[in-house]
Amino acid sequence: MSTYYAGLFADVGILLLGALSVYIILATGQLSLGNAGFMGVGAYLASYLTVELHWPITAALLVAAGAAAVIGIIVGFPALRLKGIYLAMATLGFGEMVRSFFLVFEPMGGSGGYRGMPHVSLSYIWLWAGGVLLLVLVLERSRLWLEMRAIHDDETAAGLVGLNTTAIKIGAFGFGAAVAALCGGLFAHHYVYIEPGNFGFDRSIDFVLAVILGGSTVGAGALVGALLLVLLPEWLRFLVDWRLAAFGVLLILVLLTRRQGILDRALIARLTFRRSAA
Amino acid sequence: MLLQQLVNGLTLGAVYTLIALSFSLVMGILSILNLAIGELFMLGGYLGFALIAAHLPLPVALIGGMLGAAVMGIVIEKVAYQPLRDAPLITPMLSTLGFSIILQNVVTNVWGSDPLQLPTELFDTRIPLGPISVGVMQLVVIGVAVALVAAVAFLIQKTSAGRALRAVAENRDVARLLGVSAGRVTLLAFAISGALAGAAGVLISLHYAAITPYIGVDTGLKAIAVMVIGGTTRVWGALLAGPLIGIAEVLTIAYGSSQARDLVVYGLMILILLIRPQGLLGGARTDVGQRV
Repeated sequence: MSTYYAGLFADVGILLLGALSVYIILATGQLSLGNAGFMGVGAYLASYLTVELHWPITAALLVAAGAAAVIGIIVGFPALRLKGIYLAMATLGFGEMVRSFFLVFEPMGGSGGYRGMPHVSLSYIWLWAGGVLLLVLVLERSRLWLEMRAIHDDETAAGLVGLNTTAIKIGAFGFGAAVAALCGGLFAHHYVYIEPGNFGFDRSIDFVLAVILGGSTVGAGALVGALLLVLLPEWLRFLVDWRLAAFGVLLILVLLTRRQGILDRALIARLTFRRSAA
Repeated sequence: MLLQQLVNGLTLGAVYTLIALSFSLVMGILSILNLAIGELFMLGGYLGFALIAAHLPLPVALIGGMLGAAVMGIVIEKVAYQPLRDAPLITPMLSTLGFSIILQNVVTNVWGSDPLQLPTELFDTRIPLGPISVGVMQLVVIGVAVALVAAVAFLIQKTSAGRALRAVAENRDVARLLGVSAGRVTLLAFAISGALAGAAGVLISLHYAAITPYIGVDTGLKAIAVMVIGGTTRVWGALLAGPLIGIAEVLTIAYGSSQARDLVVYGLMILILLIRPQGLLGGARTDVGQRV
């Protein structure tokens, strides 16, 4: 594989993790527009551990994920009061706060950025990305996921049949934050340089876009979305200056024609020659 | 110079008020976040800039910017919102995002990605007022913002179109049963919202005498914060929150660090969402949905 494609597939793996972090939270009906904030926490924490304390990368990633999960739970609790677009705006605010915090946080370089991380290989990135994707796909067949979907569909009814909606919603936030932190840690060690601007609103939107484009009702949708989001602008390169506009047009077209995303359960069933259950 | 900073903050706040009003018109009626408003603001700025650069007077530039952005607002409603009206909230939000990607790319290709600058002597006259001085452009920005807000207030409160807007915001289905054309009202909301964002763009580009294609993202996000702080359920909250945030931001830069200003603004936004989700001016009834 050429270095060019290796770079692209590293991006796909990193974006896949970010998309999955949104997907997990979205499965409980909560839209987060601030996952780049969790990604930033993961990136900075993991980098600090490997550069300043000389930890091995895997240990650093695990600790960063754990710490982000705790932050996710702390953010999740007050977020329980908010729904829909209000939750989206609150998480947007959280993401921007994390970005501006790292902008003023001089010990890690402030606006000048932070460097010196050891580089990670493409296969290492995909070990994590594939592993988390597999975990989500397995989780999707569990009873817990059914409970998450129930809260997504009707929170009041789910609470009435005895589900602990608080624990499940908070748990999803924590899990999503941990996955976003893994994404950030791998991003930092792939690019070996980070700056607060890497973790802004655009990044959060990329994650959400990948999920919505790929398919927001199935975990594999995040993979399709991540592939599309990275490769499409490359394939449109012949349009030179207009490729972003073309990408915007394609995005709107997909949303207009397949609002559940490219991949959904019916399509998967057709592709695997199984009779659709739904 | 505290007083001088207050004047500067008010100018910035007036622009925030206009964009926040633009967000909350669409949000209040349809409860969707139109993420292209930041780019409508940027587009209005470029149109106004082009007209001024062609030696046309300021009112023409202002109207040109407003019209251009309003027409684009209507296009966005037709293409990105109308067909997705009954989809989940995220879908129309992302299709408006698609528009913002397109607009930014088109403007970058037409006018280039480098900042455009106006000859500063055009609006550089300053009026000394005791210990401080007020730029003529600052007065224009504040004056136009006040006039536009008054015009929107009149439109919403006194005209039949405004009554239709309020009716749809209150309850879309009942309003339709009573003969209000919800489709036309939606279109109107997008058009006014676009015009306000366009006006804000013209004002800010003249105020700074410079503009870049990337100005929309930051200012747009900031305006969402302003809308939330003022209260999404009451359009007029932006009147209070705009100047408040403008002044807070200018004071943070003057007496703290310029990097910390976003921390203050978004921190305030989250605080408001958690403590008073209805916003500073909102009533106690958050359970009844959006209102104008």
